[in-house]
Amino acid sequence: MTKSPVRLDLALALLALLCAAVSLGIGPAHLGWARALAAVAGRGDAIATTIVWQLRLPRALLALLVGAMLGAAGAALQGYLRNPLADPGVLGTSSTAALGAVLALYYGFAAISPLTLPLFAILGAIAGLVPLLLLAARSEGPLALILAGIAIATAAGAGISLALNLAPNPFAAVEIMTWLMGSLADRSFLHVWLALPCIAIGLGVILLESRALDALTLGEDGATALGVNLKRTRTLLLVATAIGVGGAVAVSGAIGFVGLVVPHLVRPFTDRRPSSLLLPAALGGAALLTAADTLVRTVPTLEEPRLGVVTALIGVPIFLHQLVRARRQW
Amino acid sequence: MVRLDQVAVTLGARWVIKDISADLGGGVIGLIGPNGAGKSTLVRAIAGLIPSAGAVLVDGAPVTALPLRRRARRIAYLPQGQSVHWPLTVERLVALGRLPHLAPFARPAEGDKQAIERALARTDLLGLRDRAIDELSGGERARALLARALAVEAPLLLADEPLAALDPAHQIEVMALLREEATRGATVIAVLHDLTIAARWCDRLLLIDDGRLVADGDPRDVLTADRIGSVYGVSAFIGEADGQPLIVPLAH
Repeated sequence: MTKSPVRLDLALALLALLCAAVSLGIGPAHLGWARALAAVAGRGDAIATTIVWQLRLPRALLALLVGAMLGAAGAALQGYLRNPLADPGVLGTSSTAALGAVLALYYGFAAISPLTLPLFAILGAIAGLVPLLLLAARSEGPLALILAGIAIATAAGAGISLALNLAPNPFAAVEIMTWLMGSLADRSFLHVWLALPCIAIGLGVILLESRALDALTLGEDGATALGVNLKRTRTLLLVATAIGVGGAVAVSGAIGFVGLVVPHLVRPFTDRRPSSLLLPAALGGAALLTAADTLVRTVPTLEEPRLGVVTALIGVPIFLHQLVRARRQW
Repeated sequence: MVRLDQVAVTLGARWVIKDISADLGGGVIGLIGPNGAGKSTLVRAIAGLIPSAGAVLVDGAPVTALPLRRRARRIAYLPQGQSVHWPLTVERLVALGRLPHLAPFARPAEGDKQAIERALARTDLLGLRDRAIDELSGGERARALLARALAVEAPLLLADEPLAALDPAHQIEVMALLREEATRGATVIAVLHDLTIAARWCDRLLLIDDGRLVADGDPRDVLTADRIGSVYGVSAFIGEADGQPLIVPLAH
């Protein structure tokens, strides 16, 4: 129960690294950790090196990156909207990213190259941003933004349902459904290179705006009186989370719950300033998603359980435990 | 310090502030008037938070043209019914007042820490610094919010109803603090409702009714029985206690 920010960050970083190390040692081929870690270090045998570098390392890196982005975006949006219910989905960008991916699947563009689907998802996230920014420019308060986000998410959800509804054959529908539940299986370094710049932009801008988030604790007038340019902060945060979350959804599918729950899980260990929450939420998200992705590969089921399902299964009990125990809910 | 030149503010189709001109520099200046007179709107216009017609000049420059951070160092603003959205500790809350002084990415300097200590000490909150804001009594909370504004150490302090929810002892404490700010050379503009407190603690009163400045000057000259009658719609007893005005509203 430490409140020292450095100790908390270190502990969470260690936890995330530990999860990643465990994740590298697990897979259908029984390599053992020694061989797997030797391969990461570049001193492994040919088979281990191929398996680790082609399959496991990109997967572990993506779990860390996507988890970090979702956790930080959740923390930033809860701070920005001053609403403990906010998550990366609240502004609709994850839905429009998913719609982009579903369109790629529906029209068969996804078969052209492994990068078409993620690119469509990123385009979807950016397209979803346009109505959001137009609406946001007309009002100051967070409520209008949340309502606009709900409208955009609903429209994107309807588009996805329509695609499922009109799917040319059951296999296409199953393909869409499966993608929507989220997974990091069979990803390569191509996906890492695609997601990395998006997530770097997202995380970077969120961290840059951390002081504005603190000032917003005093509301819009209070923050302006403290020298915060609200228009700038809003535009930067919306664009950054859309690009970052778009990049994350593009490579992993829709993974719910991480962005909502991780900020709540780490908040009691911080001084509750929105800025103090960003790094721990990113590290905690990385750890949670890596742990979940390790779990989906270890449970002995015929089909790998989907990542979005497992993050919820891990996250909900911890979350509920905390809700019951906590005197405060945020 | 602050010059208001034919300031007018419209909210929607309604003119909430109509043609107010005044030079506000030095001392504790009380802004009084009935509910809905436009006091808070005028304060927000002075803070540069809402656009206004005419001119609000701070040290000769239009307030809305000042760079935001420089303006934030010059004007400390304590809104009416300030909400604090996360349960920060008192110290973290007060530290927000130093945000305008921090260079990008810089950690709080020694000067910032001292300003926070001063603000905590002056509001008698040193013992409560680690208490979360949602664990405070109404009076403690009001003092913590005032400490946040004091920590800015700005030459102009705008306080919108700083006495709301305070018992008489704390009301006097807060007024004494505002006086102290004025003695240090700051200009303090406070929205007040208690006429006796306004008369006893302010150097000057601005009486606002229906968006217009109806009286401006020494408290004794502003607060006459006639004026209280016509602006507030109440008859009032105006007496004296230990050489200071005493105003008691009596009946409609």
